[in-house]
Amino acid sequence: MAKKASSSTRKTKPPPAESGAFLWTRKDLVGLDELSAEEIVHILDTAETFKEVSTRSIKKVPALRGKVVALMFFEDSTRTRMSFELAASRLSADVLLFTSRGSSVTKGETTIDTVRNVEAMGVDIFVIRHGQSGAPHMLARKVAASIINAGDGQHEHPTQALLDVFTIRQRLGRLAGLKIAVVGDIAHSRVARSNIIGLRKLGAEVVVVGPPTLVPSAIRAMGCEISHSLDDILPQVDVINMLRVQFERFSSNLFPSVREYSRLYGMNADRLASCRKDVLIMHPGPINRGMELTSEVADGPNSCILQQVTNGLAVRMAVLYLVSRGRT
Amino acid sequence: MNDLLITNGRVIDPASGCDEVADVTVARGFIRAIGKARGKAKRTIDASGMIVCPGLIDLHVHCREPGHEEEETIATAAAAAVVGGFTTICAMPNTHPPQDNETAILYVLQRMARASKARVLPVGCITKGRQGEELAEMALMLDAGAVAFSDDGEGVAGSSIMQRALQYTRMIGVSIMQHCQDPGLFAGVMNSGPVAVRLGLGGIAASGEQIMLRRDLELVQRTGARYHVMHVSTAGSVELIRQAKAAGLPITAEATPHHLLLTDAACMQFDPNYKVNPPLRSFDDVQALRRGVIDGTIDCLATDHAPHAKEEKEIEFALAPFGIVSLDCALGLYAKAMVHSGLLDWPDLIARLTVNPAAVINRPLGTLRQNAPADITIIDPGKRWTVNVDAFASKARNCPYNRWRLKGRAVATIVGGEVKFQR
Repeated sequence: MAKKASSSTRKTKPPPAESGAFLWTRKDLVGLDELSAEEIVHILDTAETFKEVSTRSIKKVPALRGKVVALMFFEDSTRTRMSFELAASRLSADVLLFTSRGSSVTKGETTIDTVRNVEAMGVDIFVIRHGQSGAPHMLARKVAASIINAGDGQHEHPTQALLDVFTIRQRLGRLAGLKIAVVGDIAHSRVARSNIIGLRKLGAEVVVVGPPTLVPSAIRAMGCEISHSLDDILPQVDVINMLRVQFERFSSNLFPSVREYSRLYGMNADRLASCRKDVLIMHPGPINRGMELTSEVADGPNSCILQQVTNGLAVRMAVLYLVSRGRT
Repeated sequence: MNDLLITNGRVIDPASGCDEVADVTVARGFIRAIGKARGKAKRTIDASGMIVCPGLIDLHVHCREPGHEEEETIATAAAAAVVGGFTTICAMPNTHPPQDNETAILYVLQRMARASKARVLPVGCITKGRQGEELAEMALMLDAGAVAFSDDGEGVAGSSIMQRALQYTRMIGVSIMQHCQDPGLFAGVMNSGPVAVRLGLGGIAASGEQIMLRRDLELVQRTGARYHVMHVSTAGSVELIRQAKAAGLPITAEATPHHLLLTDAACMQFDPNYKVNPPLRSFDDVQALRRGVIDGTIDCLATDHAPHAKEEKEIEFALAPFGIVSLDCALGLYAKAMVHSGLLDWPDLIARLTVNPAAVINRPLGTLRQNAPADITIIDPGKRWTVNVDAFASKARNCPYNRWRLKGRAVATIVGGEVKFQR
């Protein structure tokens, strides 16, 4: 996939002009499902131009000066929240941070009332992390400000998938024709869903890997293959995206033990040896070291886990910038 | 002198096989004659171009009273019923407290009398407190006026207590109405399938309905008790009921407007107005349900009118309660699904809304035979109209059909010879 503009041509003057004839019109980013391939590529290209900002001695541009970005984290998060906070700061926005712990949510205030009250203070962009699938979609219908989905329940995590796709494109130079394995608890993963949607739209093949209790057969309708054997698919793929194992899944009998899971679906040096030499190992974090990934794999040369985090910043700057223009 | 004369309508009475243009004469609350009217009446309704049929019966309505009067009351449900053309609605017992004793049954009847709109016939609980553990006093409730028994909202999970309940209701000659859902397989908020997977919402599998139905059919065969399947939602259930009927079991079944018209794809926007239990299923299920209604496997149509307050439905999909209201507009929905689609004619549709449900609840209703109670609905079958939820007589607005264009609606609803609603 050709990049629409090399970063060097724009290095000196972010915020970037709209590339080519393409015009971004959306005020919200609630999921990748709603986006066209062109829109996804446009976000990636815009992120490319923002990457450079982080290399300056003064890491700031005035793109969102005078705008207010409220980070509404109804569910816990470390890297997504900090990444959005830093992204908004670098764009010179005023940033409000909300976490549900210690807020009126504990007094029974509904999500919509909470957001409407904050909106009444004059917010331009809401970044929403919520435990319920569809919460950002509900809010996008009810509030005038922009809504960015920072992860909703088990539904979508669009900026995570965008930074994953961005990182693959950066490392391997393209997406079309690549084969990507997403491994683990597909059923409960918003990262998996957004990745499948984004990768398919950009022409990559996706195979989801895990036990049938964590990989619903109906996920085929999203355009991916299903495999229950990690060993079978390792030699075929260009990228392996390992999802975090959620310990709370044991209690619901979705798999018998950590030990068994790790034996069947954990990535280790032996398994890495059966992969292509330049295979890319990804993980959305936080990692359970020794369970889904051994340290030698997580920290080895095939891993791009920290690069993903770095790229997340540029991608989130691009998304904040684009939705702020989409609403005018 | 007669009290009411309905002239020149197309009189459809599936119970007697009548389908002809005639006059209907009513005196002292009962049907006096069908045919050319003789003598004068205090009131005359010209029904030229209209269908005149027995008052429609809805076996499945949640009136929410007592306990949740902010969502609906017996009076507002009864008012919505007559607007929709229903002269009788059956009040489900999942109230707070539940309708599991004589006094609660008498309370419903008292509120019905005070409302003086549609008949509101109470369904009693199968088990005390709907807990699925001890049998409720069904014979005493029957005496007080209960017409059937159900723990609706949930199925009776224990096989032993379900068997006892069927043995007992066989003795007293009434139907058990079962909400078929295996509780162990009920962990989701919408139909299990590709849409739920895409949306990241927990799925409710068709097998959960069918497993309980299969077990119950075994128990019905053993006990010989009458058994009614509420809100059938899956193709598999339709086939199980079809086979059971062919085998001669005393089974009846109902389908709702939403399961005949909507699929789980409607949930794509996370709108809780499409969240209902049993959930909206696949296109294949909708087709199978329609076939079931056509061939009589599903002999009744019922709304499962389930009111909720506005604020309860304006939250996250997974947190919102299940339920759709449709009493005000159900007739037009049934006509859309079954008549205007060319699948059924009006007499067959009306049978599934009158004589068939009347048989489930053992009441001499649902017919225009001489000396039957004068419960009559006059329908304008060609009337095009637009659903406006804000104009509903029901208190609730959790209805996905707002602004739908429908054809056919009730223009007059007569209960016990009294005109309770007229457009």
